[in-house]
Amino acid sequence: MRLEAIPNPTLGRSLGLPALALAATFFVGGFLAMLAGANPLLTFGLILQGAAGSKFALLETLNRATPLIFTGLAVAVAFRAKLWNIGAEAQLYAGALVTILIGTKLALPGAVLIPLMGLGALLAGGIVLLGPVLLKTRLGVDEVVTTLLFNFIMLLLISMLLEGPLKDPMGMGWPKSEAIPRDARLPRLVEGLRLHWGFGIAILSALVVWVIQTRTTLGYEIRAVGLNAEAARFAGIPVGAVMVKTALLSGGLAALAGYSEVAGLKGNLTLDLSPGFGYTGIVVAMLALLNPLGVIVSAIFVAGIFVGADGMSRAAEVPTYIADILLATALLFMVLAILLTKFRVLRG
Amino acid sequence: MSNATAAQGDPVLRLSGITKRFGALVANDGITLDLARGEVIALLGENGAGKTTLMNILFGHYSADEGSVEVFGRTLPPGQPGAALKAGVGMVHQHFTLADNMTVLDNILLGTEPLWQLGLGRGRARARVAALSHDFGLEVDPDAAIAALSVGERQRVEILKALYRDAKILILDEPTAVLTPQETDALFDTLRRAVALGLSVIFISHKLHEVMAISSRVLVLRHGRLVGTVPTAETDRHKLAEMMVGAEITPPAPSKATPGAPLLVLDHVSTAPQGQRPGLQDVSLSLRARQITGLAGVSGNGQAALADLLSGLSVPEQGRLEISGEGVSSWSPRAAIAAGIGRIPEDRHRTGTIADFTLTENAILETYSQDPTSHHGWMDWRGAQKRAEEIITQYDIRCPGPQTRIRLLSGGNMQKLILGRVLEEHPRVIVANQPVRGLDIGAVTYVQNQLLKARDAGAAVLLISEDLDEILILSDVIHVISEGRLSPPFARGTMKPADLGQWMAGQGFEHAA
Repeated sequence: MRLEAIPNPTLGRSLGLPALALAATFFVGGFLAMLAGANPLLTFGLILQGAAGSKFALLETLNRATPLIFTGLAVAVAFRAKLWNIGAEAQLYAGALVTILIGTKLALPGAVLIPLMGLGALLAGGIVLLGPVLLKTRLGVDEVVTTLLFNFIMLLLISMLLEGPLKDPMGMGWPKSEAIPRDARLPRLVEGLRLHWGFGIAILSALVVWVIQTRTTLGYEIRAVGLNAEAARFAGIPVGAVMVKTALLSGGLAALAGYSEVAGLKGNLTLDLSPGFGYTGIVVAMLALLNPLGVIVSAIFVAGIFVGADGMSRAAEVPTYIADILLATALLFMVLAILLTKFRVLRG
Repeated sequence: MSNATAAQGDPVLRLSGITKRFGALVANDGITLDLARGEVIALLGENGAGKTTLMNILFGHYSADEGSVEVFGRTLPPGQPGAALKAGVGMVHQHFTLADNMTVLDNILLGTEPLWQLGLGRGRARARVAALSHDFGLEVDPDAAIAALSVGERQRVEILKALYRDAKILILDEPTAVLTPQETDALFDTLRRAVALGLSVIFISHKLHEVMAISSRVLVLRHGRLVGTVPTAETDRHKLAEMMVGAEITPPAPSKATPGAPLLVLDHVSTAPQGQRPGLQDVSLSLRARQITGLAGVSGNGQAALADLLSGLSVPEQGRLEISGEGVSSWSPRAAIAAGIGRIPEDRHRTGTIADFTLTENAILETYSQDPTSHHGWMDWRGAQKRAEEIITQYDIRCPGPQTRIRLLSGGNMQKLILGRVLEEHPRVIVANQPVRGLDIGAVTYVQNQLLKARDAGAAVLLISEDLDEILILSDVIHVISEGRLSPPFARGTMKPADLGQWMAGQGFEHAA
């Protein structure tokens, strides 16, 4: 079996194959639901209902999508420059940590704290990624390893802080921080509904990233470095500086996920703040083909499957693990679909 | 050639009526070809004439839309490289397919033996490789890592690989594009031994003197069609060139020019060696306005070090770099561009362009941060596209449009874009490193004439080339580089190729220093 490049794939091919990948995903998922003793169509119906069947469900999905948009953007931005940032989880926690520090230690009015916490988080995330990137540009250390390991370092650091200096004295011994004041929380997007401004900031961030990528010289530089760093360097593009800017942007975006979760949803910092949003961000970015606007769609899709699977599981008694399986299969089929839009398979 | 009589009997290879279409493009149009035992045929044609496609079909990398491939009387199943290999067809590609981190012997054995046997039978394999090396004049150390070999040596490994697999038919795709004259001679010697031992060779090239030197028959391809088959003895370079392009060709004839002031001066400059490649050693050089300075030398003798230095990729360890009489303080690619140095890099695919960028995006690669392609960090894509369109028209780049990804262009058109990108900035100094390597005659003439035009307009041109003929035709003054050392300048017409060859071999530097 061999692959032959298709110079200019047709629109049907570039849209049809991803659609086919989704269909295949649900086919595999349906088969598994059957194994679990449930009716596949009913299972998917329940997932859809759980994700978007009511106003409450839909808002829950969007709430869950918010951190995924941030981490998805973080990964999309970095991967464009071939900067393999696997550490969005660490950057998320760095953002959450700084949000808590500013929100609980500085006695300032909420209107000041809200933007201040955001800026602090943005910077913290960027700085966390800066270390691995400088190691990469200066010494050639593989950033896949360093960013990945940073996830564990950051989690252990937070764990230590939550057992020590940041521990809430009123927390009944649980490892959690004090909460930031009520007036420093991100306001609701619509009064009376659970969806907060973090979602708005996420959408805005996606637009900003899109504009940076398509309309600015920085976006041009990032793409040039990602596609061919040697040619970029020869043409006078400062490759190291572009990498650093990409790192600040990517790390900052991931940190905003932590900011939005703490300041918008939870109010305090715990060790289970993120159920792997940083890692799921990679799936989100890949499903979106690294397109920042696509990240919004794919984050909502991924969040919908998680939220919907929760509801479905209660009703149909199919384990929630099916959500993870659906995502993993979706990613595999999507990668295959992307390959097949660019290449034709020949026998022999 | 002596094998003209041996070239009798049934053909060892027969392609009949091969047609291959890529979309609307007909890359091969009903091509029929016979190859006899002990014969070298040359496949001649410009880039894009369909030579490589035809050979890829023969070798099973593509399957033909029509027609068949017969090897030793048996039809090959289409689209199976394994079948061609087994039938005794070996191909040496233009771009080598060797594992850099493995030894020569490992590379030759790779894929010939089942995994669990690797390590056993190595002694026998080694002896066989040694015998092949000896018989075919392919000297190479079997235990050397590929990364440590020169381009010429790597090619020998590729040929050994094919011979080790019992290839009876050797296909060489543009084998001399990467070789020095000496290495080319050695290759021809190998090919002559091969045909004397009964092998058959298809030699793909667009270098006419090589085709004349090595082949017994020439097949000329143009726009995917076979436009003629002639015995080499009954033709000459001029006739072949006409068949190939379908029109008359006039090589560039530079007029005499009076050199102006020195624009770029190297004063006793040394640079650090880059891995296996030597750095510059105490090099003094003066590039003057309205003058082409030719740099001759065997590949890997410091040409890259000099080009990197002048391109801003490296800095002098010792000595001074002066531009227009002033020493430079901070030196980078961007500083070099700002100082008015136009750079045409050696590798247009890897260094000169970004394959997945469009023509527009490639056209602005060095100027994207300035008006009119961007303003204060914001791209002006309309301005960028306009610039690309200007270059496309002015430099006659054949392409569907400025939004085409540059990977779809031929080497010649790619080089024209780089040339346009550089020359439109009206550089005062031009560093052209192998500017015509791998290009067809039409593109070669075009690029050379553009360099002459730039010279006449007042630019100082440094022409780095491994093609001595090109250096001798174009240069007003010639330096030879050997092991990072630079010879004194020789004025046009004062040196014969043989004399320069002495310097290229490293003789004479002791007295000059």
